[in-house]
Amino acid sequence: METLTALLGGFETALTPQNLLFALIGAVLGTAVGVLPGIGPALTVALLLPVTLKMPPVSAFIMFAGIYYGAMFGGSTTSILLKTPGESASIVTAMEGNQMARRGRGAAALATAAIGSFLAGTIGTLALTFAAPAMVTFALKFGPAEYFALTVLAFTAVSALLGSSPLRGLVSLFFGLGLGLVGTDLQTGQARFDLGRPELLDGIDVVTVVVGLFAVGETLYVASKLRGVQDAVMTFRGRVGMTRADWARSWKPWLRGTLLGFPFGALPAGGAEMPTFLSYLLEKRLSRHKDEFGKGAIEGVAGPEAANNAAAAGVLVPLLSLGLPTSATAAILLAAFQQYGLQPGPLLFQSNPALVWGLIASLYVGNVMLLVLNLPLAKVWVRLLEIPRPLLYGGILVFATLGVYSLNSSVFDLVLLYLIGLAGFAMRRFDIPVAPAIVGMILGPIAEQQFRRALAISQGEYSVFLTRPLSAVILVLVALVLVGPPVARWWAARRAARAGEPSRT
Amino acid sequence: MKKAILLAAVVLTGALSASAQTLGNLRIMAPASPGGGWDQTSRAIQQVLQDNKITGAVQVFNVPGAGGTIGLAQLLNSKGDGNLLMTMGLVMVGAIQTNRSKATLDRVTPIARLTGEYEVLVVPAESKYRTMADLVAAWKQNPGLPIAGGSAGGTDHILVGLLADAGGIDPTKINYVPFSGGGETLAAVLGNQVAAGVAGYGEFEAQIKAGKLRALGISSKKRVKGIDAPTFVEGGLNVELANWRGIVAPPGISAQEKQALVAALDRMHASKEWKDTLAKRNWEDLYQSGSKFDVFLKVEQSRINKVLKNIGLVK
Repeated sequence: METLTALLGGFETALTPQNLLFALIGAVLGTAVGVLPGIGPALTVALLLPVTLKMPPVSAFIMFAGIYYGAMFGGSTTSILLKTPGESASIVTAMEGNQMARRGRGAAALATAAIGSFLAGTIGTLALTFAAPAMVTFALKFGPAEYFALTVLAFTAVSALLGSSPLRGLVSLFFGLGLGLVGTDLQTGQARFDLGRPELLDGIDVVTVVVGLFAVGETLYVASKLRGVQDAVMTFRGRVGMTRADWARSWKPWLRGTLLGFPFGALPAGGAEMPTFLSYLLEKRLSRHKDEFGKGAIEGVAGPEAANNAAAAGVLVPLLSLGLPTSATAAILLAAFQQYGLQPGPLLFQSNPALVWGLIASLYVGNVMLLVLNLPLAKVWVRLLEIPRPLLYGGILVFATLGVYSLNSSVFDLVLLYLIGLAGFAMRRFDIPVAPAIVGMILGPIAEQQFRRALAISQGEYSVFLTRPLSAVILVLVALVLVGPPVARWWAARRAARAGEPSRT
Repeated sequence: MKKAILLAAVVLTGALSASAQTLGNLRIMAPASPGGGWDQTSRAIQQVLQDNKITGAVQVFNVPGAGGTIGLAQLLNSKGDGNLLMTMGLVMVGAIQTNRSKATLDRVTPIARLTGEYEVLVVPAESKYRTMADLVAAWKQNPGLPIAGGSAGGTDHILVGLLADAGGIDPTKINYVPFSGGGETLAAVLGNQVAAGVAGYGEFEAQIKAGKLRALGISSKKRVKGIDAPTFVEGGLNVELANWRGIVAPPGISAQEKQALVAALDRMHASKEWKDTLAKRNWEDLYQSGSKFDVFLKVEQSRINKVLKNIGLVK
């Protein structure tokens, strides 16, 4: 009840014309930076920090919240239409959604992504409103051992991303794991694979790899195939929006994705990528259209897109209630709080309720705005594909280059981007999937650091992964995911054999 | 003819600005990403210098990477540029040594030390360690007591090394568990994953005030007003450490140029706006300029080198 009164007070703050305007500016800006590859919400908010210094804090945060959610909405657009994700949480969307677009279902993919994002964002914000304290207590139970177990679980999702040839998939995975090793080792402070270049000491930015492997690689590949072929503008057949069947196949993945994404976001070291991998795996396992996965299954877009938006809402739980940033954008938001002399944490809700509840209320408002903005835009975005391909991909290359340069203003990063882009081109040429490389690059370092951290804390006791209850539960889950399907198949085959029929799996 | 007028104009404005004792336009490099400590410091300086018309327009730009050493290398290449400054601090001193960076602070022109933040060591509120002495006693029994902090070789690690040394614990035997940043350290301490955690006071402030964490010690010389924590010195450990931030200029600038920059920062430090900024951001005033800062920088480098050798990060 108390929460409701506070929330209503928040809406009073958020619904003033001035703050509504800032929410709109934020939503539009956020969608724009989400659409552009390489430029993320963290950088946008960071660049706006000095500008907002003279603004009232509530208005600034309402705008930042719009950018934050907006970028998550916008990130799916280029992923689906052009297979050029701007950040790592939408690589699954880039695979499955782009397949849909290729089969003329681009608008439906965009719609399921937008509605899923809206639903997940709203449910996530509701959870943030009413369940934040409980979530935080739970999240703090996660130590390094649990995080390690979680990454093992997420690694099992790779099996769903490997594609037709396991060998090729593993090549890609290990390429990613190798890239993830570059840089200063956090645990010992020693440089690894830095080739004597100080630019490599901080490791390779995952954005550079995502943009390189996907956007640059895709562009080069398209260009190589375009030679001598007359440019055919992609046309879009069929209904623009979602069909009744699409709705029927989307609503459960939306909800499941939300349920996966939110807790991961709330975990101090969870992130938005792991739940998208897990959601994809889950949907593939549960779907009645398994054969469509990899060829444009709507569940494979709906689930992961809901998951990454729910995670975005989850990230605000530890940020607001503990002052604990769990993503790059959250870290910048924390800096923004400090710029106003505010310290997020348990006391902020008491010392500055107008700000906190105004911010939370504006998340609801922002979500509605984004849906209203993005659903009609889906039809406009799809027309992007009517641009002749040389111009379209030329444009992508320009934005990808700008985006990566904006990360560190470093020419070295550009060279790296194009080298990785060449690798991405070669991988496409030899039919090696690129997604496992990104998974390896993201999960590898987390798994390694958390594993070593867990052992440091236990002072060398390997049993820590099994004696800590949460970690043990997750590892049992991993075993079930790995052993379950073969056992089920074996069981089915046995029963089929007993019934005297030829077994087919 | 045009050229001559232009030249005259340049000479004239040069003479005018010299007589008014103001610097021209300045550029400040923040050797880190937007939003970080050096970036915030640079932008705060920019604002006060400009608003008080101490200098002309000030531009801040970011050159992030490798603990600031990439920015430092770029600064060393701008030899003789009297209108360029770079923010830096303790973290850079450590990074140069752990990264074995070729760019070092030996050649820069020190201008001033500005602000700083003290480090605190905290335990969860329900921890059995009530004082620093309790912790040191347990630490001596078991040097492998896990203590969390930021990345290896960073300020937090340096502090833990200094504390171990002062408490008579072999610094090579300590079990320092690095997390990526104060946020993760905070979660590890709150979740009772480790025995204690170390970070800048600001990272723990909200939780200390809310009673969720207990600060066993702070790395300042004397107790800090408004912070409920005894100093390490009070706890019997002779350790002082400030995560300071300062500002330097490129090598090879003239003595007059250096003097003008020092004077500008002196004026900035004396302004009301600067004091307000410090108060609002919770930055300690550690101002020191000119030859005092020159000496400090030298002493600090050798002290940090010794600690890093002690904890085995630098050979």
